[in-house]
Formats: sequence, structure tokens, C-alpha cells
Amino acid sequence: MINLRDFLRTLLLLVFTTSGAFAGPYEDALPKFAADSYSDTEAAIGTVAASGHPLSLPLVEALRDGRLLASAGQVFIREPSGGLINAATGQAFGPVPADLKPVRLNNRVRRAIEAAMGGLTLLSSGAAARREAARAVFRSRDAAALRTIEQAIAREADPDLKLALQAARASILLGNEAASTADRLWAVETLRERGDQDALALLSSLPAGTQPEIVEPADRAADSIRSRLALWSALQNVWYGVSLGSVLLLAAIGLSITFGTMGVINMAHGEMVMLGAYTTFVVQEIIRTHVPSLFGASLFIALPLAFVVTGGVGVLIERTVIRFLYGRPLETLLATWGLSLILQQAVRTIFGPMNREVGTPAWMSGALELGGLSLTYNRMAIVLFAFAAFGTLLLVMKYTSLGLYMRAVTQNRRMAGSIGIRTNRIDALAFGLGSGVAGIAGVALSQIDNVSPNLGQGYIIDSFMVVVFGGVGNLWGTLVGAMTLGVANKLLEPYAGAVLGKILLLVAIILFIQRRPRGLFALKGRAVEA
Amino acid sequence: MALAAAALVSGAMAGAAKAQDTIKVGILHSLSGTMAISETTLKDVMLMLIDEQNKKGGLLGKKLEAVVVDPASNWPLFAEKARELISKDQVAAVFGCWTSVSRKSVLPVFKELNSILFYPVQYEGEESERNVFYTGAAPNQQAIPAVDYLAKEEKVERWVLAGTDYVYPRTTNKILEAYLKSKGVKPEDIMINYTPFGHSDWQTIVADIKKFGSAGKKTAVISTINGDANVPFYKELANQGVKATDIPVVAFSVGEEELAGIDTKPLVGHLAAWNYFQSVETPENKAFIEKWKTFTKNDKRVTNDPMEAHVIGFNMWVKAVEKAGATDPDKVIDAIVGVQVPNLTGGVSEMLPNHHITKPVLIGEIKDDGQFDVVWNTDGLVPGDAWSKFLDGSKDLVADWKTLKCGNYNTVTKKCGA
Repeated sequence: MINLRDFLRTLLLLVFTTSGAFAGPYEDALPKFAADSYSDTEAAIGTVAASGHPLSLPLVEALRDGRLLASAGQVFIREPSGGLINAATGQAFGPVPADLKPVRLNNRVRRAIEAAMGGLTLLSSGAAARREAARAVFRSRDAAALRTIEQAIAREADPDLKLALQAARASILLGNEAASTADRLWAVETLRERGDQDALALLSSLPAGTQPEIVEPADRAADSIRSRLALWSALQNVWYGVSLGSVLLLAAIGLSITFGTMGVINMAHGEMVMLGAYTTFVVQEIIRTHVPSLFGASLFIALPLAFVVTGGVGVLIERTVIRFLYGRPLETLLATWGLSLILQQAVRTIFGPMNREVGTPAWMSGALELGGLSLTYNRMAIVLFAFAAFGTLLLVMKYTSLGLYMRAVTQNRRMAGSIGIRTNRIDALAFGLGSGVAGIAGVALSQIDNVSPNLGQGYIIDSFMVVVFGGVGNLWGTLVGAMTLGVANKLLEPYAGAVLGKILLLVAIILFIQRRPRGLFALKGRAVEA
Repeated sequence: MALAAAALVSGAMAGAAKAQDTIKVGILHSLSGTMAISETTLKDVMLMLIDEQNKKGGLLGKKLEAVVVDPASNWPLFAEKARELISKDQVAAVFGCWTSVSRKSVLPVFKELNSILFYPVQYEGEESERNVFYTGAAPNQQAIPAVDYLAKEEKVERWVLAGTDYVYPRTTNKILEAYLKSKGVKPEDIMINYTPFGHSDWQTIVADIKKFGSAGKKTAVISTINGDANVPFYKELANQGVKATDIPVVAFSVGEEELAGIDTKPLVGHLAAWNYFQSVETPENKAFIEKWKTFTKNDKRVTNDPMEAHVIGFNMWVKAVEKAGATDPDKVIDAIVGVQVPNLTGGVSEMLPNHHITKPVLIGEIKDDGQFDVVWNTDGLVPGDAWSKFLDGSKDLVADWKTLKCGNYNTVTKKCGA
């Protein structure tokens, strides 16, 4: 049974192959794919891409996706639909060898594929494909693509894409000894306007022996790009700081309730974050096996669940352990530390000691290029989420009766009890709220960190640091503390390195606490009385 | 028949007598704490090997008995537990440790009580002890060949040495820096970067690597980043769009197990250098993977390099005990040098007089299913060097426990003990 589409294609290819009945460069190159040698494959890709054969694009695409199969000198393309076609004839029928193996790739071959794809898709009708092609040619600087790219520039209507294509042309011309001086000077100017790190790389790596009339303007252009990039990089560091600050904020915000307002030194706080991350893992596992279409929304589903799970564990801990220890900070510290070990080992026993894979939804992958800034989507999402969580918590504390009771109990427990607030119940709910917030922080942190039993350990010290630095018992202090520490850390890091930067910051905090023992924003309340 | 009778008798007798009828093997791997992620698997593989040896009839007519302790990722506790294994449980040999600091912590105990330790993890070298057998890779069996591969196959000219701030990355990077400079790489083409344990915010460093890599020369990252910090590092690389075709990362501490926690699709093409990969197609490896999956009753369990090191170490110890006819440490230490056992990648590894072994070096590229595709391997097996040829302090030192009876013999001053 041959359907109409297959039949037409076969006919087309038959016309093509029989009309010539000659073995062109394309046919000659094919056996090289079956040789299982990276350099042969690399050479064959170049030949195929230059052959102009109608099958060359499907072949290179198949190679890229691991769908090019070879056996004993014969090469087959597995189509995305599952069918097999012979790469030499384009025909779908004929005996298929049993020991078909995918043609293997390494980085060198992948680069060759990228370059070939660039040349082959420059004139493609899809804008996304052309953009990708321009990028590929810009990287490969493949002189063979010059004619095609000039055609593509002449045709291009989209000004943005035209710019990308021109940059690709410039990258080819700049280092090309055969090009005219005028063309090469044009290339220098085009790259200077592009002004990013890639352009800088091209301008500062001219081959030795280039004429001075090109080297000089190229050096000037490189200098101007460098000073522009230096400005952007300062901004970029501030962004990194804000993003680190929001991670700290997320981790610390729950603690600022349990430790800050309730005065419980909760060493198991990090484990609440971990439980939140594991909730995300379980939610994703269920979604993967049952409703894969919902994967993009998995984090939103995990958020309330993580809040409920960790909040529940928090209430349980408060009712069974912590309520017997109020006013005894040392015992609380030891008990919660023990709890943290128990929780870690429990998770290790249930889920195993290995990291668990939490996927990143497609909308959180990749980066947004904004001028000279590169903002990764997952960090942006975390920054927004941290502020949203902070805002919500602030509203809860200010405008709900639970918040009012909590503040009342914090400021004067006995008075609050005398006017009829059930302080026990408020304690449990407040601890549950703090734990629940830690849980939703875990959902966010699962996107950037390991989901392993040790997840919480990495955040507990930082969280205490933020809360103490910001001022115990004050949510705004936690916000300012987290952002200050984040930005300071990231501004120090490029100069002092990650290790020394962290040490310097710790020393600074110790000195600061010496001067202001109550942190940035001191608050009156139980923490003061204790 | 005699065996069966002995078994019957021992079964009837009390515990004290029974202890003498088994040969005890100590397993010293963390089952809790931060290192449990890596070490738990090694405990499991040891239990499997011992079980298998018992099914073959044990050793010297006796059954083997595993004694498992949990040093809980706590370095001083490693020394305590080692002492307990040797003095109280009277084990014949110990298989254990992962981090170099845990090995350094137990060393004095093994020397004092004269027992045997098999250490299965790739490490920084610069050590050779009479009581320790190093079945993992020395730097010349992992780091140096990886650099050679990148320079030759990927034409890399600029190098980022990124590591966690502790002894293994520091020493390895010192060796690599000296090696690169000896190959004519200029100091400005080498960037060295250290991060704390468990570092999770890689934004600045990945951006720095990108910047360093845009100087027009092909750049690669040599990563000695340890354990858990790798996942956020690779996630950040993927997010900032650093692809293996632009800046490849070759890692010495990332294996099948570590990749189990990451979505590897954006990482395809990044590299790892090891002496074993699960994807190696040999009959020995196939049989091993099969046994492992049956033993753990889990079809998804992966195998990795340190596991193979334990397989080789255990088989060497068994052969040495059979050769010596006793489990007495002194006799086994003498007998084991020169013992040859097949490894899982199709070669035969030999215990050398410096207590390191011969191993093949394989370079693998990460595939989208979390396994590695072997893209390069050494022609034969590479003998492990206890002392690096590229460091001033150690290039004159040799270790030879067979003829010189010394772990750090100086060939210039002709004296033992640097």
C-alpha cells in the first residue's frame, strides 16, 4: 500500500535520480556516514550541504535529531512520522538491514551540522528558521554561505532579521583575506553597531598579518564595544544580586514568621523548604504519567499542595514538640535540629539519596536579551514570585484577623490571652503559616537547585542571617536584608571570588550586629522581652 | 562434603566460634548526610559482590560476611568507624571512603592497626600508602587525557578550571595548570575559579565563563565541581544558552548517578572523563548491569565508575587472598601487587607496585537519556601515577611497595621519605 503522498514523492525523486543516472557528490558522500568515523561524517556533511540535492536538508535534519541510520555502507532516514526512506534513492521500500544504527555525533559533527543547516535554511520561508540560520552562519563564518546570504539580505523584508543577516555576512567578510578592503571596513562598522560579546570576539581576533587599515578601525570598534559592555555588566551584576536576594527572601520569609515573630529558633526550617520541593517532584511525576499536557502548569498545581503539606507538617511539629518548649530557646534549637535530621533521613528512605529530577516548564527556560543584559526566565519568575509571596504575607499579617491575633500574641502574650485570643491555637497556626511559606519557597527553589534530602541545609544559615540582619520580627526588615545581602554578594563576587566574597560578607554582618544587635529594623515584642 | 559438615558444625556452635568461620569484610560508606547521595550505591554494590562470591563457594572455604557501618558523612566519625571495624569486628579488609578528607582521616587508623583499605574514587594523587589500594583514577588517568582530548579534537586554546574549594580540585588544577603551561598555554588563557561546597548561585560565574570564552579562541571548561553543586551549574549553563558546541564542559565528578537528577536535553555534548561508562558495550559490562538490576530489583538503577573500581578492587583482593592462602594483611599486601583481573570495559587491570592500578581512559559525551556516548578512549590501559610528573614537589618521587618498600622514594636524593 502506497498512499498518494508517498507515491508523488517517489515519482519526483525517480524523475530526479533517473534523469541524471549519475553518481553526484551527494551519492558519493553517503557511504561516509556509515563509516562510523567522526571526521568522515564531518566531511560528508559539508559535501551534502553543498550538493544542492533535494534530500540534503532532510538528511542533515535527520542527522541532527539522531534519525539518520546506517548499516553496511547504506544510509537511511527515519522520518518523524516513523517511516524509513533510503537516503540514496529517497524511496520508502526495499529491504531494510536489521542492524541499523544511528550515525553517532560529537561536538565537531554538531558544529558542522549547525553550519550546514545555516546555509541550507537561509532562504527558508519561515522567519524563525531564517533567524536561526543567520545565527548559525554568524557562528560558523562559513565562506561558502556568502552568496546565499547576500541573496537572503536582498530578499529580507523584516528589518530585525536583515540586521542579523548583515551581521552574519560581516562575520564572514571580516576575517576573509579575499574580500575587498571596503567590504571589510563595512564589516567592522556593522559589528561595532551590533556591539555584543560575539561581535567583540570577532573584532579582537583578526588573523595575524591583517592590513593595518583594517586592524586600526577594528581595534577602535572593539574598544568602544568594551566600554559599552562594562556599563551593562555593572547593571547585570545588580540584576544577579536582585535575583540572589529574591532567593534569600523566599528562603527566609517563612523563618521571619516562625523565628521572627514567634521567637522559635527553628532549625528544621530548611527541611520545610525541602518538603516543598519534593511535593513539586511528586506532583510532576503524577502529571508526567497521567496528564502530560498539564506539565506547563505543574508548578501552579504544586504551590497550594506544597503549602498544605508543609503547613500541615508545621502544625504537627508545633503541637507535638515545640509547644512544650516555649521560652527555652536552647532546647528548641536542639529539638528542631533533631527534627531536621529525622525529616532528612525520612525523605532519604522514602525517595532515595539521589537527586530527583524536577523539570522546568518550557515557559521558564531560556533567557531574554535586553540590550546588553541577559535575563534568564527562571530567575525572573523567581524574582516576581518572591515579591508576590512577600506582598501576600504582608497583607495577611496586616488585614486578616489571623494576622491581627498573631501580632497581638507577639507583642503581649498574656494580654492577648486575657482578651480572649486562644494563644495556643494562634501559635500552631502561625507556625503552620511559616512552614507553609517555606514549602512554597521549595517549589520555586526546585527550579534552580538540587531536589535532594540535603536541599534545606544549604539555605538554613543564609535564612537566619537574613532574618537577624534585617531585624527580628519585621517582614520589611527581611525584605531589605535579603536584597542587601544578595546585591552586596553579587557585587563583591566578580572582584573577590565566590569564596572570599561570602567570607567578607559574613565578617561585615558580624561587625554590623555588634553595632546594632537588633538588626536593621528593630521591633518591640516578645523577641525583645525574651 | 567436608564443607557441608563444617557448615553444620559451625551452625550448631555458638556465635563466638561462628565468627572465625566467616571472613568479615568491612564496608565504610556514608549512608546518611551529604555524601549518602554517592556512597549508598557503593555499599549496595559491595553487598552484591560479597553475595555473589558466597554463591561461588566463598573464599578459602569460608563464607564472606559484610559488616556495614555508617560514618554519616562526618570525617572524624570515619576514623572511629574504621577503628571499630578493624579492632572490634576483626574485618580482613575494608572497602570504603569517597572524599579525600575521609580517606586522610582514616589513614592513621589503617597504618596503626595494619589493615587494608580499598579506595574506589578518582582522586588528586600525591599519595601512596602501604595499607591503601587506590582503585580509582589518579590525575594522569583522568584529567590529563581529558585535556589532551580537548586540545586535539576540539582545538581548545583557552581553559577555565572551575572547581569546588577543597583538596581534590585544588591539587588537580595545580597539576593541570602546570601541564597546560608546559604545553605552551599562556597564563592569560587560563582562568581558575573556586566556589564553596554546595554553591547554588552560578549566574556570575557562568556569565564570566561566557565572557572569557568570547575572546575569539576556542574555550573549554574543566570542571572539578563536586557533587550537588553540579546540578545548579548545569541548569544555569543551559539557561544562559552555553551550548557544548560553543564552550564544552568536561567534568571529572559527574557520572550517570549525578545526571539522574537533571534534564539532560540542554546538556547534550558536554563531556565527562572516566575509566568506565555504563554505555560501554562489552559482554562483561552487560552481565554486570544485568546482575546489578536484578540485585537491586530496580530496572532504572544506573552503574558508574566508582562501582567498577570496587568490582576490580574486590576481585583483586579475592585473588590475592587465594594466592596468599590467608587473609592476614601483611601476606595480602605482598601478594596483591601484580594481580590481574578483567575490568568491565574489555581490558585487564593490574595492581601496580605503587598500589594504583592500570585503567583505560574514556571520554564520553552526555546524551539526552542521561547516559554517555564514548567518543574517545586511550589505545591501551594507562598505569596510575601516585606522584604527578608536573609538580615541582613530586616529580622526583616514586612509590614502590614491592622492591623499594617505600611510598615516596626520592630518585634524586636516593632516600625514602620526601
